[in-house]
Amino acid sequence: MKAFAQLFLSLDETNKTNEKVKVLKDYFNNVPDTDKMHMLALFSGRKPKRQINSTLVRNWAIEASNIPAWLFEESYHVVGDLAETMSLLMPQNKGNSNKTLTEWIAEINDLNNKTEEEKKLWLMDSWAMLDTSERFVFNKLLTGGFRVGVSQSLVIKALADITGIEAPTLTHRIMGSWMPETYTYEQLTQEQGASDDISRPYPFFLAYPIQETSEKQKSTDELKYALGDEAEWQAEWKWDGIRAQLIKRGGKIFIWSRGEDLATDKFPELHPFLNALPDGTAIDGELLSFQNGLPMPFNVLQTRIGRKNLNKKILEESPVAVIAYDCLEFEGEDIRYKSQSERREILEELQANTPFPEFFRLSALISFNTWEELGKIREQSRVMIAEGIMLKRKSATYQVGRKRGDWWKWKIDPLSVDAVMIYAQKGHGRRADLYTDYTFAVWDGDKLVPFAKAYSGLTDAEINKVDYFIKHNTLEKFGPVRTVKPELVFEIGFEGINKSTRHKSGIALRFPRILRWRHDKPKEEADTIESLRALLGE
Amino acid sequence: MPKKPLLEFTDKGIYCAEGKFYIDPWKPVDDAVITHAHADHAYLGHKHYLAHHLSREVLLYRLGEIQLQTVEYGEKVMKNGVQVSLFPAGHVIGSAQVRVEHKGEVWVVSGDYKVEDDGISTPFESVRCHHFISECTFGMPVYQWKPQADIFNDVNNWWRSNAEHGLATVIVGYSLGKAQRILQNLDLSIGKVYTHGVIENTNEALRRNGVILNPTTRITTDTSKEEVRKGIILAPPSSVGTPWMRRFNPYSFGYCSGWMAIRGAKRRRAADRGFVLSDHADWDGLVSAIDATGCETVYLTHGYTAVFSRYLNEIGFDAREVHTLYGDDEGINSVPEEAPDEHNKAEVKL
Repeated sequence: MKAFAQLFLSLDETNKTNEKVKVLKDYFNNVPDTDKMHMLALFSGRKPKRQINSTLVRNWAIEASNIPAWLFEESYHVVGDLAETMSLLMPQNKGNSNKTLTEWIAEINDLNNKTEEEKKLWLMDSWAMLDTSERFVFNKLLTGGFRVGVSQSLVIKALADITGIEAPTLTHRIMGSWMPETYTYEQLTQEQGASDDISRPYPFFLAYPIQETSEKQKSTDELKYALGDEAEWQAEWKWDGIRAQLIKRGGKIFIWSRGEDLATDKFPELHPFLNALPDGTAIDGELLSFQNGLPMPFNVLQTRIGRKNLNKKILEESPVAVIAYDCLEFEGEDIRYKSQSERREILEELQANTPFPEFFRLSALISFNTWEELGKIREQSRVMIAEGIMLKRKSATYQVGRKRGDWWKWKIDPLSVDAVMIYAQKGHGRRADLYTDYTFAVWDGDKLVPFAKAYSGLTDAEINKVDYFIKHNTLEKFGPVRTVKPELVFEIGFEGINKSTRHKSGIALRFPRILRWRHDKPKEEADTIESLRALLGE
Repeated sequence: MPKKPLLEFTDKGIYCAEGKFYIDPWKPVDDAVITHAHADHAYLGHKHYLAHHLSREVLLYRLGEIQLQTVEYGEKVMKNGVQVSLFPAGHVIGSAQVRVEHKGEVWVVSGDYKVEDDGISTPFESVRCHHFISECTFGMPVYQWKPQADIFNDVNNWWRSNAEHGLATVIVGYSLGKAQRILQNLDLSIGKVYTHGVIENTNEALRRNGVILNPTTRITTDTSKEEVRKGIILAPPSSVGTPWMRRFNPYSFGYCSGWMAIRGAKRRRAADRGFVLSDHADWDGLVSAIDATGCETVYLTHGYTAVFSRYLNEIGFDAREVHTLYGDDEGINSVPEEAPDEHNKAEVKL
């Protein structure tokens, strides 16, 4: 565990990519193979199962810290991270435990069939034998909220350097549902492809935005300059659903979401079409709800994802279908090396043979001759229930992760309104102890109605100024929330707007964020609820 | 009629009506007693200043021609029948707590303080009083300092490793206090110490005051980056991210502040290394210092006043929050404007 805690500290202490890779390599070179696999699991989002509920952990931490509960809560608001708060509040001591990461995780998993008394005893003992930085990572393991300031691609790069296996291969081999207890380092790094797991998906190829921000509009001339000849590109709508990979191998079917969650059971209406596919097929596409053959806005799908049980009504009224746009495996062969055009042909052939065309749909190609023409078509995105346009180079292979060059997304400009900030709350992580989470309101007559929360879009310097304003203009405090003097006006951008019965304002926004601080606008000139309703298009 | 308190909180600062003087006032007054020379405590524009001997040269350097009287710790000064004396606060060189006594009633104004002996400021001395006016910059239990020997061990190891890897080392701390504390604890067998102009001006003022500091070299336009490669550069917070600092590239940059105890604050600073080194008392330091005064009432001027006063009341103190303009000299959560301390950074030109 000392090595793992040190890994965390060292990763925190540098912003330089090369340094981070070096730190990761040092770690891999110095820990047992089982620790390597546990670290890989944690750094790729495979957190251990929570064995003690967080209320108990919190209560016992308060006891170990010997402070009143309210002071613990206040401390948490200052630190912005529960695991870190607990580690800082307990009495300092020198760590005297030499257990490895593997041993600690095994102990945590063993808690499964222990009584509450036994769990408490174990936890108090464990805290007492760890120093502050070890305690921090230990608490992270325990509470499950594991996020690291290092991307998976850097971890893979370090591992590739050490093993001599290429990064895309390694990326593929750590996809899917493996457990560090059963997947060994030897299996991961063996010469032959580890194709023993038939469920394993391919890493997704992700597109780069062609314009960095909505404010920097790309002209069609610039587009021509950046992308060259129109004939080299295929264009499709950018669908606003759930990115998914659908697999049939060995008579079994698997549906993976981009977050590497196995979601096969969540979409029963897709099973017949998947079962009808030939063995050894992997399709990349977007899952969307449909009604009367037309795609529905994302919020329809979103309410469905949240449900534990799918009722008949949902399955009948808004069934999910896949809009397929790529084929990664055909007849058991990994065809990612083939060109976009070749893969498209294979995909079209597969789709032509399906008995379930209403569930297995093709993402239609948009025909265009000039970038200008495509620019005009892009303006129709909202009508198409799309987020914009995707551009794919016809000669490109299917790559791993977010790569510049061959796949671009050209999103439509966000909708926007000017709104007044009325509530604020402290952020987490690197925004701890700063007011960074804001609620915005628009005018309804002479009242301000809250309609959106937004966390992102301001620079660090702006955040400091807004934080200063909030601390000096607080009207009321409700727990962690402050009511702020309505004065600051911000332009709020969002991708879509829908009716909602759950919100006071009667509307729900998709991806709200701050576009800019309108220093030039007094609060009286902020937008009204009517202007938002007008955007509903009713 | 209730008796008027000996010290009161006004819109100009802490005021003694009986003695007709202010302590650390932020608006111009006739008679000011100054706890220490940091910009949020020593303002320009008062007619008369009283401070400790060791604050003399820094005050004159920062405020220019002022009418200044300096005294030794424990020396008694009478102001309109009120007895005023200074006691060590351990915050920076020359920092003092102000003890005010009249007709048997004793008040102490802490200014800023820390209880750990940093080896360069006169160590904090507890003063018995009826009323204690205390700071609480780090008045949250998550702030627990390690002994400075541990921290400087880390600093020196980091410097040594940078020097071995051909990286210049830039260490950032406030120009009065932190900079000298770092300077006196560096392992000079590793290399030479170079200083930003603002820090060197402060060092020179302190040396004129008879303070003996380790040798330093001022960075000028002629200083080459090869020359400083194996050395360490002492820089003020205002220099972070400026071309002045970037010219030392490649370098590793470390930030010394109590705020570095929290991971989020450290990441926000984007420093290569954050050293948890503060010139303020930590949670336990504050509680023990307040307890040791034996005071009836404690007034909290700046920091986490709401939380800390609630806690103190729960454990049996009569604690109250008061509003002042004293700020945070450790440089992260402070007001967005540039700290006044760095007003003369323009003197170091590129």
